[in-house]
Amino acid sequence: MRQVIIIGSGPAGYTAAIYAARASLSPVLIASSVEAGGELMKTTEVENYPGFAEGIQGPELMIAMQAQAERFGTEIILDDVVKLELEGDIKRVTLGNGDVHEALTVIFATGSAYRKLGLEDEERLSGHGISWCATCDGFFFRQKTIAVVGGGDSAMEEATFLTRFADKVYLIHRKDTLRASKAMQERAFSNPKIEFLWNKEVKHVYGDELVTGIGMVDTQDGTETTLDVSGLFVAIGADPRTHLVHGQLDLNPDGTIAVEGRSSRTNIVGVFAAGDVIDPTYRQAVTAAGSGTVAALDAEHYLAALPKEALPKEVVAQADTQPAAV
Amino acid sequence: MSSAKDVTDATFADEVLNSKDTIMVDFWAEWCGPCRAVSPILDQIASEHSDKIKIVKLNVDDNPQMAMKYQITSIPAMKVFRGGEVVKTVIGAKPKPAIEADLAEFLV
Repeated sequence: MRQVIIIGSGPAGYTAAIYAARASLSPVLIASSVEAGGELMKTTEVENYPGFAEGIQGPELMIAMQAQAERFGTEIILDDVVKLELEGDIKRVTLGNGDVHEALTVIFATGSAYRKLGLEDEERLSGHGISWCATCDGFFFRQKTIAVVGGGDSAMEEATFLTRFADKVYLIHRKDTLRASKAMQERAFSNPKIEFLWNKEVKHVYGDELVTGIGMVDTQDGTETTLDVSGLFVAIGADPRTHLVHGQLDLNPDGTIAVEGRSSRTNIVGVFAAGDVIDPTYRQAVTAAGSGTVAALDAEHYLAALPKEALPKEVVAQADTQPAAV
Repeated sequence: MSSAKDVTDATFADEVLNSKDTIMVDFWAEWCGPCRAVSPILDQIASEHSDKIKIVKLNVDDNPQMAMKYQITSIPAMKVFRGGEVVKTVIGAKPKPAIEADLAEFLV
């Protein structure tokens, strides 16, 4: 039996772990089997995380967060949660390997998953020219012509990064204005290898073995055009990853987990949520980290308020023998 | 990194194409985070099914010919070879049960 189980290993999960571990709650963090470190593992230079004046590589930042969580006694498990039972005083978390972990509180910080275009041939051509990860796959498009779909920071970052390899990068956006930050926009605008295609929506992806082109429709006048590209990088946003808690936790209309006010408290007592999974708006590494802090403090206050006689004996014993916070 | 044996452009024919075994080639690179995440899972699958399938790895940075020949555009990419032919392709870092399901026909 644990005091707290944290699910997710992005900035929210690791920061919650750092705070919970320093509060002597001996957290266990379920990091996932292949996505430990979260979205930042797929990025390159992070320039806006405070404290790193010269910037830091995304993977390096996440490895440091993990090390900091472990330094204070967080146990990290590289497996996936397959089942969550959140009702009642004791929460049960079942992992892919069949292990069941029990805890008095759960912090749910699973982040978000890339949105797909929803096109007919998207699945078939994924990994054969359609990609969601420029840093993983850009290398294979040396001297090629490729397209990036999207209008946010990730689309600008991917397009800019891909010009290291590709000869030409089309940036396709269905509106005529970008959601991306000014700094990222300007970087993309000033890159001679990037050409913007405004008011265009991708409707088809062509190719037998590999992507050979795409079909687009103009959102203003409905004109259909095709474009020969050998790669299509999709950066059209992400959806909160909530499938594990459907039917248990209340969701907002936008799909994020509903929490009470500025807290991390969900509709089930003892269950807290943090990071992109509750945030439809800001979704930054540093806001997720802040949100993880809130969840750890909320969990700590909740645990402190539980009557000792209501706690399982092993948890009381554990709490009594633990050293004070470092 | 993975304990799987390295194959190269030079050794590919001998080690993979002319082999009598079922061989899975893990196309990877140092800079690929998801490759690092999936490699211990491939090691596990290899050791649990050592009589059924052998797993080797090919660094795409150092071995561009094979990466190009097999039209790699996304890594990790795992290709299963039998008798010199690709009989299965698995793309992306996935949890162990998902990869085992993809490889089911080769593991029984």
